[in-house]
This record gives sequence, C-alpha cells and structure tokens, in this order.
Amino acid sequence: MSDNSAPALIGTSGDSLREAFGKALTNLAGEFPKLVVLDADVAGGTGVHHFRKAHPEKFIQFGIAEQNMVAAAGGLAAVGMLPVVTGFAVFLSRAFEQARLSIAYCKRNAKIVASHPGLDVGPDGGSAQALEDIAAFRAIPGMTVISPADPKEMELATRAMLEFDGPVYMRTGRSAAKRLFGDDHRFEIGKGQIVRDGRDVTLVACGVEVARSLEAAELLETDGIDARVVNMATIKPIDAKLLKQCAAETGCMVTAEDHNVYGGLGSAVAEAVAQSHPCPIEFVGLNDTFGTSGEPDELAAHFGITAPFVAEAARRAIARKGSLQ
Amino acid sequence: MISAVKLSTQTSAAAIQPDLEVQIAEAARFVRRHTIASIYRATSGHPGGALSCADILACLFGAELNVWPTATNDRLRDRFVLSKGHACPALYAIAAYHGFCDKADALNLRKLGSPFQGHPHVRDLPWVETSTGSLGQGFSVALGMAMGMKLQKINARAYALLGDGELQEGEVWEAAMCAAHHRLDNLCAIIDYNKLQSDATNEAIMRLEPLADKWRAFGWTVFEIDGHNIPEILSTLHLAASIHERPSVLIAHTVKGKGVPYMEGSPAWHGSVKLTRDQAADALAALGAEQHEIKELLDV
Repeated sequence: MSDNSAPALIGTSGDSLREAFGKALTNLAGEFPKLVVLDADVAGGTGVHHFRKAHPEKFIQFGIAEQNMVAAAGGLAAVGMLPVVTGFAVFLSRAFEQARLSIAYCKRNAKIVASHPGLDVGPDGGSAQALEDIAAFRAIPGMTVISPADPKEMELATRAMLEFDGPVYMRTGRSAAKRLFGDDHRFEIGKGQIVRDGRDVTLVACGVEVARSLEAAELLETDGIDARVVNMATIKPIDAKLLKQCAAETGCMVTAEDHNVYGGLGSAVAEAVAQSHPCPIEFVGLNDTFGTSGEPDELAAHFGITAPFVAEAARRAIARKGSLQ
Repeated sequence: MISAVKLSTQTSAAAIQPDLEVQIAEAARFVRRHTIASIYRATSGHPGGALSCADILACLFGAELNVWPTATNDRLRDRFVLSKGHACPALYAIAAYHGFCDKADALNLRKLGSPFQGHPHVRDLPWVETSTGSLGQGFSVALGMAMGMKLQKINARAYALLGDGELQEGEVWEAAMCAAHHRLDNLCAIIDYNKLQSDATNEAIMRLEPLADKWRAFGWTVFEIDGHNIPEILSTLHLAASIHERPSVLIAHTVKGKGVPYMEGSPAWHGSVKLTRDQAADALAALGAEQHEIKELLDV
C-alpha cells in the first residue's frame, strides 16, 4: 500500500497474528536452509506447531527454560544457523539479559518472536500480559523491534525478519486479528505507512491498535475531524522522517499501543519529533499499570485503549495545537 | 595446537608424551605471569580464578582444541567458550601465547580503546567465540554451538569453562538438562572447582555438593580430576571426546590463585583487585620470573 492510498477498511476477523506467523514461517522454511525454530513448550500457543509438523528436523525443543533457549540461539547463530526463538512475550522477557549479551552484544543474526503481548492475551490475566516488552527490547542497542498490525503484514514481516541480518524482536498476537491489508500490501523494516490520510491529527499505532485507530478515525470523521492514521509496524528503528512529516502536516499526534505508555511506541514517537518538530502528543496505552483477566476487547475498553479513547485523545491533542509555540 | 594427543588412540595418562607436558607447563607458567602483569597494569581484575584455570586453558589450547590463529573463521573448528568471563586475563594470555594476538597488546587489559576488555567480547576479539561476563550464558551459548554443529554435520566439539560459583545460576541447570536431552556428545563442560567465589567459600555462600552426583543425575558423563595435573587433564579431555550420546563434564579440582602463594585459597583475590608493584613482583617471582622479566612485564 502506498503512503497516500485510500483509507484501509476494517475487514472481518482473519487469523490471529500468531497463526499467521506460524504459517508464514512454515512456508518460508525452504527458502532459508539454515532456519531453525526454538520452542519452550508453547508451540501450540505461538503458532509454530505448524512448523514443527512440516519441518520436525528444524524444530528444537528447549523445554520450559527460556534463558537457556535465548542464549543457545546466540550459539546457534554463531555457528551459522538462523535461529528463531519463539515463546510468550512475558516469559521471553525473563531472558532479557540473554538477548542483550548473547544475541545483541555479539551482533548475532537471531530472531525473537513473542506471542501473547499486551491485553490481547485476555483471560490469562495480568501475570501473562506483557506490557513492558517493547520498552525493554527497544533499549537494547542494535535490536530491531517490530509489531505488525494484521495477518497479511505478519506474513510479510516474517519474511523481512528472516532476510534482515541482525537481531530482531517481533510481537505477534493471541486473538483473532482484523484483516486490514490486501494482497498488494508491502512491508519494509523501518518504514511507517500512512494507511489513512488526514490533515487535522496523526494517529500513530502499532499492532492491534492500528485497527482501533482506523476505527477512531471514522468516529472523528463524524465530528468533522480529518484524522491521518500511520501504521508504525517498526518501532525501532522508528521512521523519524515520516513522523516529522506528519508532525509538520497535521500539527499534533496521538500514539496508540497495547503496552505501557512508558518506553513503548509513544516514547519512540516523542523522541523522534521532540527536537525538530515539537507538537502536542497524546499517549494511548496502559497508564503504568498491569492488566487483569477479561476478554481482550473488554480489557481494551476497561484500560482505555479502544477507538473511543483514541478519538478522545485526538480531540485533546487538537485542542492543544499551538500551545507549544 | 599439537596434534599428537588427538591422533593417539591411547587414553591413559602414561601415554602422554613428556615433551608435550613440558610445553604445556611452560604455557601455563606464561599464562600465570601474563595474568599477574596485565591485572597489575590494569589496576583491577580477577587474578584468583584466572590463575586457577591456567593449566586447563594451557591443555585445551596446547593439545585439545582444533583452533588456529591463521583460520579463526574456519567453520569446522572447535569452539571454546570462557563462560567464567571474568577469568579472561588467562584466556588473553593463552591466546597470545599461541599467536591469536600480540603478547604485548594483551597486557593492555581493561583500557579505553583496547580490545582486551574486562570481560571478553567477540566483536573486539573474534577468537573468544562469544561475549561472556554474565555467568551461565556462555555455557548455553556453547550448547547452541554444539547443537548447530551437529545440525550441520560438522564434526567438531564445543567446550565451556565454568566457574564453580557460576553453577549457582539456574540457567546452568537448564542447559545441563537440555544438553543431556539432546544427547550433545560434542559438548564438554569443564568446571574450575576452586571452592571459592567472590565473597567466601562455595560452602558458605551456596552449597554445590554433591556436585558430581548432580551432574550424573542430569545425565552427564562425569570425570573428577586434579585441574593442575596436566597429564590428567589431557587424558581426560581425550577420553571425554570418545563418549557417545552423552555430554561430558570435567569437574577439575583446583586451587584459587594457584602458583602465587599469598593468593592461594583466599577469596580476597577473587576480583576487583588492585595489585601493588611489590605484590605483582612477589607473584611473578613465585612464578619463577627472573628480575629482568619482572621488570619487562611490569614496567615497560
């Protein structure tokens, strides 16, 4: 999809992002002969059970032991393999330091793919909902951080991640995801995309919040507000050029993420524009709190990250326009 | 580096050639002197655990590892990981001894601009194989290397040298379970069991015994050796390489600070040590250095 194409329509539910990832990885195995997939006894949850079935010889079981798994990925990469570590986001975070030292510091070509991020986890509750992972992994020097928005983009991002030489942390998702993009969709690491154009405010989102931001743009439209929506699937390196352009053209922004407002997409956006293009920014995300049990949409409403909250944040941002001059 | 042992089908200590023992003992002496000198010059570092593993490193690089300074990228090489990364002055020294780096350069420890960091970094020094300094990780990385070599049908071995205090990290036991489960008989762990850690004895901080039983229970083939007895280290490494379907661990009983009488057996010399010139000179004298050698190592 090109930058100025027509607004993407929110479609029917497609696969979950984890399913899309698992299937994409399975289909790509033939093109990447050194690919191996590492699992910590959650293959059915992360979607890589598809891969295990199709390519059992390239599937390595590590048991429920994420620290060893992530550091071992560093060793596998060191001898020329292309390891993709899979697990639940919250448990992969316990191997943060292994990702830091044995993967990123060594500049290994190893990938970490985390399912079950954010409130999207749902009923498993607060202990299982990783709301800090983007902040943590983004802080590791040289770590690329990706959070695709729909099954099609997940498929493309999986290929891009394997083609990219370097450490990557990628979020998938547990719940059925909206289909936002058609077969002509394009994905490039480090590039944001305007998925709906507008002049009054820019809504910058990643992951499940892209669909909610598109919905918010429709709500705003009924009030006569023309909102632009940017899908920022790569959180690091962030597309600063696009963000500066949006800041200049719309004069205010809202960020939306299924993550703590501290350290995630919102912080990355603010860092990108603060110096050269300061403008009012409102942050939609978890307000420095943990999640709890409930269905994903219920939780999103409860914690204030659904479309009406994004729309309300947009109105606040617009009202503050000019306040920084 | 010397292929005589690897080619030998004999595994008993008696079969090891005396001249090889002499060469390795000389390398170990070099490692100990170099370690003292570099830590003295750095004004910080971990001498105790570097001295305790000097003989093990000398044996590995002198007769076991199929690694060469002229081919550090050879995909068929063995991989050695110093999982107890704080002992890196000893690794730098044995590498310098065998020509992986310049001997004088390797004395430039812990200095801004020097690749010889306080813990080894693979992007500064490719032959350290992986960056270490966070206990437990190097062992898992070596496991991943062993796995990756098996997947590619590379007939080489991965070795990890662990400290005893390091065994308190849970990751070590994750890796121990994993290596046995995957039958990584190309993985060899060596434990520098000097009985002391940063603050006190292992026994006082967190008991490790019964250590050999723990490894056996995890499915490893266990050898207990004197980590300062060169023929015993060499023959056991050789024997471990012949074990099929199971990873091997050498529990090497050592003395922390070995070779420097005032350091031996004292946790005070574990780390963050600033050696005075007199202390460094005494240590080098105890390691058989002549006055002119002491001067060269410390003052040039």
